[in-house]
Amino acid sequence: MLLINCPYCGPRPEAEFANGGQAHIARPADPMSLTDDEWAAYLYMRDNTKGLHHERWRHANGCGRFFNASRDTTTDVIKRTYRMGERPEAEHQGAKP
Amino acid sequence: MLSPAIMRSNALSPMRSSGTTAASATTLSILPDAAKLVFRGKTEAIEAAGAHFGVKPSLEACRFAAVGGRSVYWLGPDEWLFQAVNEDPIEVFGGMSVALQAQACSLVDVSHRSDGIAVAGPTAALVLNHGCPLDLSLKAFPVGMCTRTVLGKASLLLSRSEEHVFHVDVWRSFAPYVWQFLDEARSLS
Amino acid sequence: MTDTYRVRRGDGAESRNAVHFTFEGKSYQGLAGDTLASALIANGVHLVGRSFKYHRPRGFVSAGSEEPNALVGVGATQSRYTPNLLATQVEIYEGLVAESQNRWPSLETDAGFLNEYFSAFLPAGFYYKTFMWPRMAWKKLYEPVIRRMAGLGRAPAEPDADRYTQVFAHCDVLIVGAGPAGLAAALEASNSDATVILCDEQAEMGGSLLSDRSASIDGMQAADWARAALDELRKRPNVKLMSRTTAFGWYPHNFVGLNERVTDHLANPAANQPRERLWQVRAKEVVLAAGAIERPLVFTDNDRPGIMLADAARTYVNRYGVVPGKQVVVFTACDSAYRAALDLKAAGAKIQVIVDLRKSASGHWVDKARAEGIKVRSDSIVRGTSGRLRVKSAQISNAQGGDAETVACDLILMSAGFTPSVHLFSQSRGKLSYSEELRAYVPGESVERERSVGACKGLFALDSVIESGAKGGRDAAAKAGFPPRGERSYTVSARSVGADAFIGSVMADHQAEKRAWVDFQNDVTAKDVRLATREGFRSIEHVKRYTTTGMATDQGKLSNMNALGVVSKQIDVAVPKVGLTTFRPPYTPTTFGSFAGQSRGDLFDPVRKTSIHPWAEAQGAQFEDVGVWKRAWYFPQVGEDMHAAVARECKATRESVGIFDASTLGKIEIVGKDAAEFMNRMYTNAWTKLEPGRLRYGVMLREDGFIMDDGVVGRMATDRFHVTTTTGGAARVLSMMEDYLQTEWPDLEVWLTSTTEQWSVIALQGPNARRVLEPLVEGIDLSADAMPHMSVRQGRICGVPTRLFRVSFTGELGFEVNVPAGYGRAVWEAIFAAGKSYGITPYGTETMHVLRAEKGYIIVGQETDGTVTPDDAGLGWAVGKAKRDFVGKRSLSRPALVREDRKQLVGLLTTDPKAVLEEGAQIVLDPTHPIPVPMIGHVTSAYWSATLNRSIALALVRGGRSRMGEELSIPMPDGVIKAKVVDSILFDPKGERLNA
Repeated sequence: MLLINCPYCGPRPEAEFANGGQAHIARPADPMSLTDDEWAAYLYMRDNTKGLHHERWRHANGCGRFFNASRDTTTDVIKRTYRMGERPEAEHQGAKP
Repeated sequence: MLSPAIMRSNALSPMRSSGTTAASATTLSILPDAAKLVFRGKTEAIEAAGAHFGVKPSLEACRFAAVGGRSVYWLGPDEWLFQAVNEDPIEVFGGMSVALQAQACSLVDVSHRSDGIAVAGPTAALVLNHGCPLDLSLKAFPVGMCTRTVLGKASLLLSRSEEHVFHVDVWRSFAPYVWQFLDEARSLS
Repeated sequence: MTDTYRVRRGDGAESRNAVHFTFEGKSYQGLAGDTLASALIANGVHLVGRSFKYHRPRGFVSAGSEEPNALVGVGATQSRYTPNLLATQVEIYEGLVAESQNRWPSLETDAGFLNEYFSAFLPAGFYYKTFMWPRMAWKKLYEPVIRRMAGLGRAPAEPDADRYTQVFAHCDVLIVGAGPAGLAAALEASNSDATVILCDEQAEMGGSLLSDRSASIDGMQAADWARAALDELRKRPNVKLMSRTTAFGWYPHNFVGLNERVTDHLANPAANQPRERLWQVRAKEVVLAAGAIERPLVFTDNDRPGIMLADAARTYVNRYGVVPGKQVVVFTACDSAYRAALDLKAAGAKIQVIVDLRKSASGHWVDKARAEGIKVRSDSIVRGTSGRLRVKSAQISNAQGGDAETVACDLILMSAGFTPSVHLFSQSRGKLSYSEELRAYVPGESVERERSVGACKGLFALDSVIESGAKGGRDAAAKAGFPPRGERSYTVSARSVGADAFIGSVMADHQAEKRAWVDFQNDVTAKDVRLATREGFRSIEHVKRYTTTGMATDQGKLSNMNALGVVSKQIDVAVPKVGLTTFRPPYTPTTFGSFAGQSRGDLFDPVRKTSIHPWAEAQGAQFEDVGVWKRAWYFPQVGEDMHAAVARECKATRESVGIFDASTLGKIEIVGKDAAEFMNRMYTNAWTKLEPGRLRYGVMLREDGFIMDDGVVGRMATDRFHVTTTTGGAARVLSMMEDYLQTEWPDLEVWLTSTTEQWSVIALQGPNARRVLEPLVEGIDLSADAMPHMSVRQGRICGVPTRLFRVSFTGELGFEVNVPAGYGRAVWEAIFAAGKSYGITPYGTETMHVLRAEKGYIIVGQETDGTVTPDDAGLGWAVGKAKRDFVGKRSLSRPALVREDRKQLVGLLTTDPKAVLEEGAQIVLDPTHPIPVPMIGHVTSAYWSATLNRSIALALVRGGRSRMGEELSIPMPDGVIKAKVVDSILFDPKGERLNA
């Protein structure tokens, strides 16, 4: 069970969290102006990173907040967690932000 | 017409008489009914809510504050639970609503959503750790701390009011499970 | 019975209590503190099992958890029977009942031994190659027979009577293994404010120190020093000592699974003791002091009872006070077996000869053996053995061949050196590196916050073991933030046995056809491993699976390195290049009970019940599971089956009034000045113009355009919505709403609160619903004009506050009474009493389903399956076309979602009105079409409609709305059912009844 550092509550066991998939994929401001291909890319295309990956978590059985985590998918080491709206640190931007 | 005071039922009522006979250092008891309101909103609003309620809400994460039978639990950065033991939810809700009329916030009456259990005794933390994955040592989970967490397969609000007394606030349909879970745990520890 | 194998040499055996137990139905006596293995050896019993494939007689190879042969079933009754326990770990108690496994009719005369005579025909991969054809025979004939012949223990026939539990724990330093390194680590780490857990799989802590009669530490004999160290640790409040506790698995972020065996060693456990306790420990720092496992030598017929690891024999003699044999041949590739031989000799055994594989044998231990008159043969091998149920002799020759000398014996000790136990280290994703010197893998780079110390790191000399343990303990405490208050020193006096080692088979080439066991439990020989390489398997992972070496319950603890050695030599590739099989948890077999913990019976899952549930139960309702909710399904009266009950409930509701518990519906309170805007974005519908006091049916999509959830929404005030969701969708919907609010639209002033459990919901449906409610309600005008269909009012019912919805999921005049949950049952009973004069009828979910299907109302999850758009479901009217955006809107114009031939919701009426279709049945145009028949849709709902006196169905059919009147076919096992496509609303299409 991972130990995840909630930016609000501190380190907590994985059982309190729900994974929310790849981070930093913003919903297009005006979806109707997108082509079908652009919209399909937003809907379905995700990275399958080996290495550092930025992903969303929700402290579902805790404070309820969504936040981001930079986790190495090969070692499960979580380099950093940060709040929604913040960017991953430069040295952690190995994965596509 | 029926009187509400007579009618209100607690999901744990059937449990009261079904406790195990096993000797254990930890006891379980049902907490009294309370008016419970979920407040969500901005910081200015929470200050106004606290001022009206008579308890200053903690802005620090995972802490509760209490004055007499009234307490305010931090649930999230924009969410607090206001609790008034043995008070009428309608009156408490009404008073708060008026006080918060001009504020950017949400106030919702959840008095009947959950039931409370007190877990008390020198092995209370160990009993809770049978299903709760948090570090419940005094250092990591001091008196005055509260948090939503899990116990087995149920989600709940856990708080520590004394070194050996924890309170569990759990949605009513999960309350019998949590009670039985804790009862089994205390009979095995 | 006199236990002539018991040695009395001051180990306190005289004062240990006698303990009586049975094995194979025969009574024996052991002493308190014995394992089943040591007690049987004390009684001269070595034959304890039959091998997996050839049913060869087998005895004890080891004295610990690495034992491959001595698997036993323990338990006097079925409800307390556990198969596949290791006799080397089972502690005896008064009345223990144990039996051997995989033998018939008896351990001594086992019919399965016939396999042995056909062994030439049973090479590796035999099953794969032989039992291929015909396919049916595999299932009916080959597999059952093979499974009976090749098996381990039998599963108990009754449910487990014991209780199990699981506990989460936290500590600063977790130390795995309480041998010399672990004890030193614990002494150092706990000399600080760090909280320390020290666990060990054995009953008594001390590890190898308990078997050591030659070493001394701080002037004390090794075992005494261990006991003194434990006494000291026990006095420290920051230390928790856990014996009989196996660290079985490492999980990410220093999360380690420990299994504590609490009662297995007790004749009469206390009522508050679980049988086992699974500890899930989160440790800031971990010290691995797991020790090392001695390796067998691979030589011809090395598997007979009485052939044992040298250090295991030393443990039996020194720790348990039993001598495993009286005439001993020792076969070794290292010095440690000399030490064992000397200890056995001191206990009275006669050492016939020490056969040393090494070219020349020299040094302290060799000299000492020679000085004691023991014959030593270097550059020699044991090349064969004899004895059916117990070894009788060893054939000894020069390593290169030549004449063999036969030496009589009842015990052969073997040692090829030691393999560090790197299991947990490897599970923690640490990198292993191969040591040519040790012929073993040792820990390399760490990934998690742990360090290996002592023998599991490849250190075998006692002084360096203790030094590394002490340093590891100090380091761990300091890294956890608790620098120890000083260092202690240890005076160790012990002669090293060096680190010589050997892997692979010792057999000379001309012996290649003989059988030498690599994996005892799975009956894999060196020949099998070589065969695999000849057949092209080069990776050890493939060799493992083809030969099954290392796949038994011991997971290759004894065999993996030897298999690697055989492969490496055979294909002439260096060991590290051949690879290493993956170490996976659990380290040793762990009971299902322990993994289940408290999650059994009532505690398997929460069972959610509404506050009205007890009333329904008292009425004899049948319940169905909806998620983890229990919902009343139907209320049978005496003599009624489900069909009759549902027909009666439907009829009563349509004709007068029915009452239904809808409390499980999800509810969310959405509050704030931007509440309507948020609703506009989340739902397909338009909400801005919905007035307070009105209800609207809302549809929610996922971003891909498919229906996710639906429900009736009430606007309580301009800034407050009371949203309902499906029963199963409540948490999902709230989470998705929070997601958008927190991550996409944090600027909106709106907040969400779950109120699912705040409200009990009592649906009152039928032409008399209003008449029943009216007298109970205060402050609300229920008349059709004042409170039309799809409106909501707040007031009181039976004196308690209510949010009263006028809404219908049946097509009848209907209300849904929301009251605070604590009042739910009382209000329900008051309404029920008030409805008596109208024949009020409680109905369950089945009737609810029928009534809504008659009206063509969908159920999300039944009519929809994650690929259905609002238009497909006939809900195009609920989509706010003028809205600029909402979740899923963009997807609705994707080409695939606007195709004419999408599956659309329609009604189906069978040609035979009595034929009720099956939900999920496929629909075709031409049932005579050759297989595969093109399928054009499926039945989503099908019921008997008492109202219409015929069967009804809803279906998703390709281009369904353009097929009105068309006859389709539904092929079923009993024949083809014909049905006509009709509109999905089958009853009261104009909605006159619900507007009454």
